[in-house]
Amino acid sequence: MLKSLFSQCRAALRVLLVFTLLLGVVYPLGVWAVSRLPGLEHRAEGSLIERNGTVVGSSLIGIDPVFDGPPTRDPWFHTRPSASAEGPLGPGDPSASGGSNKSAFDPGQVELVRQRRQLVAERENVPPSAVPADAVTASASGVDPDISEAYADLQTARVARNTGLSEARVRDLVAEHTSTHGIGVRSVNVLELNLAVRDARSTLVP
Amino acid sequence: MPDSWAGLVQVAILLGALALVYRPFGDYLARVYTSEQHWKAERALYRLFRVNPSSEQRWSTYAVSVLAFSFVSIVVLYLLQRLQPVLPWNFGRGAIEPGMAFNTAISFVTNTNWQSYAGEVAMGHFVQLAGLTVQNFLSAAVGIAVAVVLVRGFVRRSTDRLGNFWVDLTRGTIRVLLPISVVVAVVLVALGVVQSLRSGVTVSNPDGSQSTIALAPAASQEAIKELGTNGGGIFNANSSHPFENPSSWTNLLEIFLLLVIPVSMTRAFGTMVGSRRQGYTLLSVMGVLWGVMLAVAWWAETHPNGPAALLAGASLEGKEQRFGIGQSVLFATSTTGTSTGAVNSMHDSFSGLGGGVPLLNMLLGEVTPGGVGAGLYGILVLAVIAMFLAGLMVGRTPEYLGKKLGRREVTCAAVAMLAMPTVVLLGTGAALLMPGELDTALNNTGPHGLSEVLYAYASAGNNNGSAFAGLTVTSDWFQSSLGIAMLIGRFIPIIAVLCLAGSLAAQRKVPETPGTLPTTSPLFGSLLAGTVVLVAALTFIPALALGPIAEALA
Repeated sequence: MLKSLFSQCRAALRVLLVFTLLLGVVYPLGVWAVSRLPGLEHRAEGSLIERNGTVVGSSLIGIDPVFDGPPTRDPWFHTRPSASAEGPLGPGDPSASGGSNKSAFDPGQVELVRQRRQLVAERENVPPSAVPADAVTASASGVDPDISEAYADLQTARVARNTGLSEARVRDLVAEHTSTHGIGVRSVNVLELNLAVRDARSTLVP
Repeated sequence: MPDSWAGLVQVAILLGALALVYRPFGDYLARVYTSEQHWKAERALYRLFRVNPSSEQRWSTYAVSVLAFSFVSIVVLYLLQRLQPVLPWNFGRGAIEPGMAFNTAISFVTNTNWQSYAGEVAMGHFVQLAGLTVQNFLSAAVGIAVAVVLVRGFVRRSTDRLGNFWVDLTRGTIRVLLPISVVVAVVLVALGVVQSLRSGVTVSNPDGSQSTIALAPAASQEAIKELGTNGGGIFNANSSHPFENPSSWTNLLEIFLLLVIPVSMTRAFGTMVGSRRQGYTLLSVMGVLWGVMLAVAWWAETHPNGPAALLAGASLEGKEQRFGIGQSVLFATSTTGTSTGAVNSMHDSFSGLGGGVPLLNMLLGEVTPGGVGAGLYGILVLAVIAMFLAGLMVGRTPEYLGKKLGRREVTCAAVAMLAMPTVVLLGTGAALLMPGELDTALNNTGPHGLSEVLYAYASAGNNNGSAFAGLTVTSDWFQSSLGIAMLIGRFIPIIAVLCLAGSLAAQRKVPETPGTLPTTSPLFGSLLAGTVVLVAALTFIPALALGPIAEALA
């Protein structure tokens, strides 16, 4: 019995080594090699967006922009809260993903949602009841690239005011960057929207 | 599209796609494990392995092969993690500390893929690929092999030979898991999942700041992680991370993948035993339970009762905007009904009832429709128990598929069935007796804190791998006790199932008589579903009442 166990273990080791080579090296590197094909490589490397030769982000990763001045002068569209952010709002850490894992019964979580509602309402100059749910809840990944149409709408007036664009123009840009991706929930991509706003702004005559 | 419509569309496409592949893929699976022909590539592998593919094993030898292979796999995976500093592609990430390496090695070899580590921070690409990805394939192939042996036990007569483990392992890998994974991985890349050998990229944000975005070879692992009902993500946030699951299309594909083998195994079973209706009966029990669970979770998440969710206006904490509630509960129900445990939303932040569904799904023994292989042998064990109960009621020796269910068969089935509740309840109970551990581990208080602990042992004992992830499980107590729970939850049922197969195969077939309960009837289906629910209810209601039920009624 013991001898059989020993010989089975040796067979097991041989099987594992061969399969490690096939499944752990050949397979993933083969997929990697195929993903170098034009059209695939951009996605395989993280759907990065470049502007003037610099990488300005990934269309799949939401990093909340920071504005140093008073919140009401803020020119950016903001992402959803991230569990890894230092304050109630603000950017999370895109090199370490995750959610808050807080229950809705947690007293700290109730307080956090209340603070976020207050801060967003002040920033947008609206009553707290007007702030949509996705604006006050942290996503699962902490790098959710999207916000709801409602949250984008809420931010449109402030962004227009602080960028010098007309509200109608900003609303058009929001619509351009809203998608269901075919079968999904209608969502607005924050980074792409912010870049479009910035580009539109640069064409304005100062 | 509003949230609920997007979710319903996804359910409809999912069911349509599963129905489309059910027959051809199920029949293909049956052929893979019954064919006499070895592929050329397989013959070459058998020569490298130095095993004789035409020699069949007794159940006990088969079990020794399974255990030896799993033992060696655990040791190698442990060493790979411990030796990370001297391995290539480690990006300066150091050795995984012993408790975590022990837990992770067991976790991936037992098809659990519980993550006590944060993928993009702790693991370099070499350990991810040569260690974790490999076990994603092999642990899945082991599960299917064990299920196939049990089916052979019903099919074969008067023999002690049940097949060759090395052949079943190789065929499952070469003919099923690898080819599908290759195709799916490339499709995932085309849909935006990353497959990069870099550790990350520094980006200059529009606001002028700089950030580092983590990258990894995710697509190759994502494909087998779902197909093999494994669930261990490259990234800490698992399939909620946009690099693992960027859109509703990838979400749909991933849910389809994690269901396709467990669902199609019922067809393979029906084909192998020569009565496809037997497989349809099992599938309808699995499907009905899955549907009920989905409906309950969906209702619960759209009707939250927690003050934070009410204040926010919706239960969106721990959910991604692109998935909303519908696609999140669909993923949660499917990942816990199988033994996958990948998540696209954080179950810990679900409402009491909404989080209770994934928990109960696991506590049902993961048969809705269960893991690859593990789902089929799980439900067959419960079918044996159901027939035994029916036999008790009418005072007749029970039979199933023409085999008598005597003392030995029922004992094996009972052992296979009881291993999981034992480790779940003992593990949870022991953890609750250690206040020092709990103080540092819990992320939530009150009933939700209890749910976190119960969920952890349910996930380990069922080899699921999803978590109420707020629980910090990096202490030696949790790493070791959850590791042992995974071992018991995996291998005690496997040994018992192989033993059951051995004693079934040794029997002759008993002819059907007018007194035989037809096992393709709705009556049997109800009996089986009743057994699944009743066993779990009798075992777990007290624990559930203190956790999710208390929270749901709050």
